[in-house]
Amino acid sequence: MYHKEKSIQIKNSASALYNNLGVLRIAPRRLTYFTVVHANVVNMVSASWDGLNYSHRQLQSKEPNVATSTSLIMQAAFCALPSRDLLVVTSQKGIQIYESDGSIMVYWHALDTPETPTAQAVFARGISAVRENYICVGISSGAILVFDVPSKGSNITLSEVLEEHKESITDMAAECSGSQECIADLVSADDGGNLCVWKSGEEFQLLNNIPGFDMSCSSVKLWKGTVVAGYGTGQIRLYEAVTGILHAEVKAHARWIYSLDIAPFSGLLLSAAEDSLVRVWHLSMTPETNSVEVAHLHNECVTDTQICGAKFCDGDGYAFAVTGYDLSEIIRYTQT
Amino acid sequence: MSVRTLPLVFINLGGEMLYILDQRLQAQNTSEDNSEKVMNDIVGTMFNKAFMDELLKPQQLYSHRTLKTVLTRIAHASIMRLNPASMDRLYELMVMAFKYQVFLCPRPKDLLLISYNHIDTIREFVKDTPVVVNQVDETHRKIIEVYSSLSEGEFQLLRQTLLIFFQDMHVRVSLFLKIQVQNPNGRFALSTSGPVPHGTEVPGLIRTFDSKGREVRRSEFPTGGSYSSPIREGCFELHGDRIIRLGLNMYTVNHPEETHTSKAPSVKTDDTPNLLAKEELNLLARLMGSMKAENKPKAETGFRINLFTTDEEEEEAGASCGAEESLFGVINIQAMQDEQAATELARIAGQFAEQQEQPENPSGNKGDDLLAMMDDL
Repeated sequence: MYHKEKSIQIKNSASALYNNLGVLRIAPRRLTYFTVVHANVVNMVSASWDGLNYSHRQLQSKEPNVATSTSLIMQAAFCALPSRDLLVVTSQKGIQIYESDGSIMVYWHALDTPETPTAQAVFARGISAVRENYICVGISSGAILVFDVPSKGSNITLSEVLEEHKESITDMAAECSGSQECIADLVSADDGGNLCVWKSGEEFQLLNNIPGFDMSCSSVKLWKGTVVAGYGTGQIRLYEAVTGILHAEVKAHARWIYSLDIAPFSGLLLSAAEDSLVRVWHLSMTPETNSVEVAHLHNECVTDTQICGAKFCDGDGYAFAVTGYDLSEIIRYTQT
Repeated sequence: MSVRTLPLVFINLGGEMLYILDQRLQAQNTSEDNSEKVMNDIVGTMFNKAFMDELLKPQQLYSHRTLKTVLTRIAHASIMRLNPASMDRLYELMVMAFKYQVFLCPRPKDLLLISYNHIDTIREFVKDTPVVVNQVDETHRKIIEVYSSLSEGEFQLLRQTLLIFFQDMHVRVSLFLKIQVQNPNGRFALSTSGPVPHGTEVPGLIRTFDSKGREVRRSEFPTGGSYSSPIREGCFELHGDRIIRLGLNMYTVNHPEETHTSKAPSVKTDDTPNLLAKEELNLLARLMGSMKAENKPKAETGFRINLFTTDEEEEEAGASCGAEESLFGVINIQAMQDEQAATELARIAGQFAEQQEQPENPSGNKGDDLLAMMDDL
């Protein structure tokens, strides 16, 4: 179904972090941007579609006022809003927002870090663009920061702090089907596997709280009102967002899942784990019976590699890219 | 990232260090008394209450340089001597072994079982010295107390912090290559068969439910691997069967070449002249200061341990290694800026310098002579 293409070499190897691959497709310029986190650096590659031009850039998590202290980056993700695309980088010290090509930092938000470290680690993790003008970022305390983003310029403001989760946020995702009918706009996941479903607005509204089973949910997606969640046990669960009804449960991987992605136009689902396997599934909804079907389509094994990022490169799922711990390349696959 | 890595780092790296030293001591036919003394001194220093209390404070994991400095100090708390090149090689072996264990750790929580395997074996090494066994037990109890309440997510964060620390290290270790846990390119082998971790179910099944929660469909899919049910869970108490084998002593006496290493082409070495961050220096000062300094051994009674197969290699490597120089240079410059740290560091650097200044004969097998002397006592 898929075959391996030529890999893109990156300057550093990928770190073992959840969802460690960002992809932004820029159709008008026939380019795709990729981001891969390595310790305190974000490796950015801009790849032309004809495969001839690659340009690299590195972003450091150099926070202002801190001379030599290193701040490890937890995640880098693109936020595609209707008016603009931005790159959000979260670390132990705070949140940086850049223009999508990484050229200019437009906003910096510092986390409250105590002078002497407390038992609980402090960091930001979990990034999602929501609806027209919001970017949401999760914190290790369980709080979610909601930023209001203007259509241009750097006047980004902190609009709200959502305090519902009691454990560190792991991942967040917005409804990606493009449908305006869906009530739920955002789902957030934490280290206890708890999922919160939100409706965006001037004040975000909590629609549902789906309890976890004491196992970290490392990656989450929201598509056509269905939450798709990947867990440390290797399980994938599909829930109806607003009601919390469990549609399906897949014993998908033998180790911790690190990344999930959905191709919104085709309903293809990508899952990747520490067991070195990437799997492609198909999700189909039957609105009449209110059911969701999961069908397995394809496996790819990246030998001896614990995968940390996997994303489709386009909305149909025609191609996908993969990163692995200690690997200095972005591996690509295309449909045959 | 995680602020709870240091205690586990020292226990596991220290444990690997003891396994290797034990193998070398036996391979060099060191007397039992001397071997026991070396082990007791090192374990006593490592599991010293003040030192462990410093480690247990929530803090970041610093650089390889700091770790190596402290581990060298621990090793030299005994009558044994290692030249810088041997210490470098020892450090590489220790780190690659721990990287292997962390990489293959079935569940993040099993990092504790790996640590307990190390502690169990360490206890065996010093079992004839009740005072030291007590120290080990006390530390073990504290570890259990501190780490038992961490969630799986927090353990995974700890593991991720460690993996970042070991990133890009692909030193090939003969033993690992021999038992095929490591490939010739330096990367560890990851199997797609065998038992799944405790708490995970064997992959291959899709279950669909209706709105009332009843299962309406079951289908299987090919996993591309051959997995089996998990084995029983290991024991997290002070004593018990840990079940998992990671963290146990892999070295055997009969094959000294097992501690051979060779660098993969693109490995990054840690002798960049970057200044140590202020917090890192403070940590170093606190750790070195908290180690007991009373039993500073005299130069004549010390004996040398070789991590190379021939003494010629050992001498060559010793002569060409200049890494320690730059370290001292860094400390001196930084010391000017902070009165308190300066005094403590000067004292520590002084101790360190004295121990390194033992007369090294460029010719002749000094190591053998000392060993001969030791055995005649």
